[in-house]
Amino acid sequence: MGFFFEVLIGGLLSGVLYALVALGFVLIYKASGVFNFAQGAMVFFAALTFVGFKELLPGWTGLEESSVVVFWLAFALALASMVVLGILTEKVVLRPLVNQPHITLFMATIGLTFLVEGIAQAIWGANVRGLDLGITDEPIEWILDSADMIVSKFDVFAAALAGILVASLALFFQYTKVGRALRAVADDHQAALSIGIPLQHIWAIVWAVAGFVALVAGLIWGARSGVQFALTFTALKALPVLILGGFTSVPGAIVGGLIIGASEKLAEVYIGPMVGGGIEGWFPYMLALFFLLVRPEGLFGEKHIDRV
Amino acid sequence: MLYREAGQFKATYQEDQQIFPIRQDRVGMAVILAFFFAAVPLIASEYWLQAILIPVLIFSLAAIGLNILTGYAGQLSLGSAAFMAVGAFGAYNFMLRIDGMPFLLAVVLGGLCAAVVGVAFGLPSLRIKGFYLAVATLAAQFFIVWALVKFSWFSNYSSSGVISAQEVNILGFAFDTPILKYLLTLAIVAVLALLAKNLVRSATGRRWMAVRDMDVAAEVIGIRPMRAKLSAFAVSSFYCGVAGALYAYTYLGTVEPEGFNLDLSFKILFMIIIGGVGSMLGSFLGAAFIVLLPIFLNVSMHTMFGDSLPAGLGSNLELIVFGGLIIFFLIVEPHGLARLWALAKDKLRLWPFPH
Repeated sequence: MGFFFEVLIGGLLSGVLYALVALGFVLIYKASGVFNFAQGAMVFFAALTFVGFKELLPGWTGLEESSVVVFWLAFALALASMVVLGILTEKVVLRPLVNQPHITLFMATIGLTFLVEGIAQAIWGANVRGLDLGITDEPIEWILDSADMIVSKFDVFAAALAGILVASLALFFQYTKVGRALRAVADDHQAALSIGIPLQHIWAIVWAVAGFVALVAGLIWGARSGVQFALTFTALKALPVLILGGFTSVPGAIVGGLIIGASEKLAEVYIGPMVGGGIEGWFPYMLALFFLLVRPEGLFGEKHIDRV
Repeated sequence: MLYREAGQFKATYQEDQQIFPIRQDRVGMAVILAFFFAAVPLIASEYWLQAILIPVLIFSLAAIGLNILTGYAGQLSLGSAAFMAVGAFGAYNFMLRIDGMPFLLAVVLGGLCAAVVGVAFGLPSLRIKGFYLAVATLAAQFFIVWALVKFSWFSNYSSSGVISAQEVNILGFAFDTPILKYLLTLAIVAVLALLAKNLVRSATGRRWMAVRDMDVAAEVIGIRPMRAKLSAFAVSSFYCGVAGALYAYTYLGTVEPEGFNLDLSFKILFMIIIGGVGSMLGSFLGAAFIVLLPIFLNVSMHTMFGDSLPAGLGSNLELIVFGGLIIFFLIVEPHGLARLWALAKDKLRLWPFPH
């Protein structure tokens, strides 16, 4: 039974990472109805930019690479790049495409994926880089001693960080003026416009916030598996989370992430050997699919009512 | 002046309902077909046939398949490459396991396999819509490729699922040179494109379009959404399956399941978006555009920078330009290249006397 819980907890913790990427999708989809496939590329871009600045800064400022100042400076610079990228995307790509069908916008974000991937690698090179957040990926001793389970320190740290991020985003949406405007836009574009909320302004902010989420996700994923091109595939991990939780729901992304993470790991351990392994690529999708057959709009998605 | 229907009277319903009601279109089509059937094999080099014309034709077929599903029936799918894989491996196994299997029958049977799989993965479309469905079709994409790699029976127990297509032989006549392969592909694509064009003009096609425009309303006027959606999935997957079989037999010769990955699905989706959603012509234009663009970029990079460009930067520049052009095209002409042709036709009717 201990093994079962070990797998379960490991799965839940990695599910938090999926949720983090899914969160970026949800933010943009909610506010502007764009299914932003480029979120994965943005995660990659953010992580690469952070590592790149972290390597360059010691040369510019004369500080040690391991110093806290360099870390936060690099973080600030990467965040600034993400904000600029987000605003540029909104202005250059999406604004001319307002009122186009969803599929056209979706294709535009796939084009954006290529663009962002290309730019990131053209600037920073395509090498795999390590990223050290100062937390090692080793089991927590007291849990290992008392319950004989391996729970990674890093996973717990990442989950805590994700929790803080989600909580602060929730506070931001709930209690600030901009947050209120964001929720208004998410509820109804036209109503929001009619009471004087500058829609395009809000969209730029949403893209910037999504960039921030991508940066955090990129740091955690990058520290986990190295900053490399494979980070763009985090988007594919997040998609089943997204349909399971509902495209428009932040809590859905979190709960969906936990469900997908846990069931994926459990399936890999208990079902995988029966069919020859390697099922983590499609299992989450199948799970989400069967789930959708029961609840077509996901766990927390808005119920869609059709009128003729 | 040249392109107008003045003086062409239609006296019967048949004449009014034909595919090309205007004589200029009929002549134009005949000229195009004659050019591609007779002139191209004479003038095109082996490289052009192998690396450009055959893939364009095959991808056009796949794009027609996806266009039927997405453009006409309104069901967004990201799994077209997987259905191509089913067609390729289906045709391979029929050729392999049944003695004296005619090639064309194997291709059709491969397409039918894809149609069956397509219907199975189309079942969720009865409950879910839009992007939820798009993500759900990714399940087909990942599951099918995984299954083809994992169960090596499909690839006759070869390592990592690679299959080598058998020789293409029809009635004792071997299609082994690029020209013959090109002609075979062209013939199959032409016949299937004609069938598709007629299908979308028929009652079935109108049902699809009604479901696309609003499925609840379609249901109210007596169209069974289940039959309409699943038939769209079946026909679309059949086309993708045949395209996959041709991909293996007349284009690459050796394919592996991993070759039919998500990138290929996206490529096909790009083709119909760039070409024009819900347009047969658009499928061809989009396929040509997407196949030619990387080649064109590669060549122009080479001539512009020579070998001075580091290899890594060159491929990144290609990525950037490709992504940028996609976005540019979407912004400039969101309805695709087929729309440009429609606009040109409208202009041509008045040209050269626009008043």
